[in-house]
Amino acid sequence: MIVTRALADVTVAETLPPLSYDVSATTVVAGALATRDWRPQHHDHHFATERNGMRDIFISAPNQAAWFERYITDWSGPAGRLGRMSFRMFDSICAGDTMVFTGSVSVVETDEQGCGWVGLEILLAVGDRTCTVCNARIALPTGADDNPWARHGERWQP
Amino acid sequence: MTNDLPARISAVIDQPQYEEAAEFPVERGYIWTSCASVENGNPLFWDEAVAAELTDGPIAAPSMLSTWLRPHHWAPHRDAPKLPLQIHFDLKEAFDLPEAVMTDNTLIFHEPVRPGDRITSCQRLRSVSAEKDTKLGIGRFWVIDVEYHNQGGDLVGVESWTGFGYRRKPS
Repeated sequence: MIVTRALADVTVAETLPPLSYDVSATTVVAGALATRDWRPQHHDHHFATERNGMRDIFISAPNQAAWFERYITDWSGPAGRLGRMSFRMFDSICAGDTMVFTGSVSVVETDEQGCGWVGLEILLAVGDRTCTVCNARIALPTGADDNPWARHGERWQP
Repeated sequence: MTNDLPARISAVIDQPQYEEAAEFPVERGYIWTSCASVENGNPLFWDEAVAAELTDGPIAAPSMLSTWLRPHHWAPHRDAPKLPLQIHFDLKEAFDLPEAVMTDNTLIFHEPVRPGDRITSCQRLRSVSAEKDTKLGIGRFWVIDVEYHNQGGDLVGVESWTGFGYRRKPS
């Protein structure tokens, strides 16, 4: 039995549990390695501070995408299938920061194919600085016999 | 606004460029490495039974889309590092903008990516702005789309990047 969230469980304006995480140099480097991002600002303290003028090495954009995915699917469960994710980065998240994800439901709807969608607005902040704003769209099961992952072709409109 | 662009830049807008195949097939080790880097315990990626029930077998985390096309830092047949999102670096050079940041990223997920897939990609420059004066410096914004397909020709995802190439203001 897979525990997962269904569309009927979700209401507009409900909030997702916040996620707080202490970012270390290992966090940044592990994320850069996992996304195969070899740019030095994600592993070289001297490059990040002296060339980029940053406080320290900072989390790469592809790794931020992975963090957003984790945050969303922690809430949805494994049957949740991401359709799209769009984020704008205003400030960097550096080693030594404590980053906090918060989110809320902006939309609950069913498309013409019968696929149930939830829109999410997510903020990624460090202290009082909003570093990244993310909007995501995730499909959730509309009933016991609906599996968003089984949708293909015309039945999947992300 | 693109009317102040050099002809060689205007000519490639919306044109497919850098069509290429991944240097290695999609592999589970990298999927687990990615999940571990963000402590993603989604059983879809760790539990064979869950993957079998929901997705007919293992899949990659969707947000890993660009991972599969990022080149090795070194390879024996190359004498210089190969860069991902080459159009971004072409534009930095074309406009002589030494610094750059990415500001926006959009990912649209289609067919799941599976271990063993050989992913191909194609980049398209969508737009280049006029010069902008920002707190970082003076430069240009550009939007680059990347389409990803599997070996069967199925679209697995589309990624869109907004970059800002700039020159720092004298301090």
